[in-house]
Amino acid sequence: MKSAVITFPGSNCDRDMAEALRLVTGRAPAMVWHRESELPAGLDLIAIPGGFSYGDYLRSGAMAAGSPVMRAVKHAAERGVMVLGVCNGFQVLTEARLLPGALMRNAGIRFVGRDVTVRVENSQSAFTACYDAGEEIVIPVAHHDGNYQADGETLDRLEGEGRVALRYVGEVNGSARGIAGILNEAGNVLGLMPHPERAVEAAHGLGDGRRLFEGLLEAVGQPA
Amino acid sequence: MKIRVHVTLKAGVLDPQGKAIHHALEGLGFAGVNDVRAGKLIELDVAEGTQDSDVEEMCRKLLANTVIENYRIERVAESAA
Repeated sequence: MKSAVITFPGSNCDRDMAEALRLVTGRAPAMVWHRESELPAGLDLIAIPGGFSYGDYLRSGAMAAGSPVMRAVKHAAERGVMVLGVCNGFQVLTEARLLPGALMRNAGIRFVGRDVTVRVENSQSAFTACYDAGEEIVIPVAHHDGNYQADGETLDRLEGEGRVALRYVGEVNGSARGIAGILNEAGNVLGLMPHPERAVEAAHGLGDGRRLFEGLLEAVGQPA
Repeated sequence: MKIRVHVTLKAGVLDPQGKAIHHALEGLGFAGVNDVRAGKLIELDVAEGTQDSDVEEMCRKLLANTVIENYRIERVAESAA
């Protein structure tokens, strides 16, 4: 599987993401700087990592959404390339309108950094194919702006179309309907606040994130 | 030409920052504050002849996230600027 990790000034989970991809897919991803206007040819997956792109100025993800590389990411997403946005990457995807809704300051005001339990609501997507529907998994979160909000109509549509991929079990950050991760309409773009790349190997103490990457391998026809 | 863009959270959207300011005001002994909403003020210095529609587009594309925020554009008279 050929993958790329986008790095913005202020990204800080780009290397964790690259290491997770290397471990699970057996191939190191290309690291792509935000000023690039073209992506490497033949990509199967683009990962947008966590961090504080552009210092979270204006709104989390707002500046990154308008950067040159994001135009290329949008075009790739339209062609069906898989796009995974984690934490700040999820914020960037909503600001870039690749996913609906917005991620606001946590309802409890405080930064939340801990392991959380999330339920896999849809196991049909490439990202969640290696989980069972309804399965509860443990993955760490670390965010200040993870409070997912959208209007009622959008939320109903997401639920109705099975696009709520992951939901928190218990209260974490005030997200509408406990939403932790959502898919785009075509199912090739996933944004989520939990960090699967921090739960892939024994040293992490948690392994539930690994199967997300294994699902992507399977989606491109490679055995995990 | 000076323009002020006021960005505020839409009615009904929870404002954790406003809530924290409210608590802090109460902590300082200010009674009778019913609610606090926090927003942003963005001041632009733009070329003469910049159209309202140009500023509207700036607001929609970057300055405000219209999923959760409203914006109001104010032209500042030169004498006041």
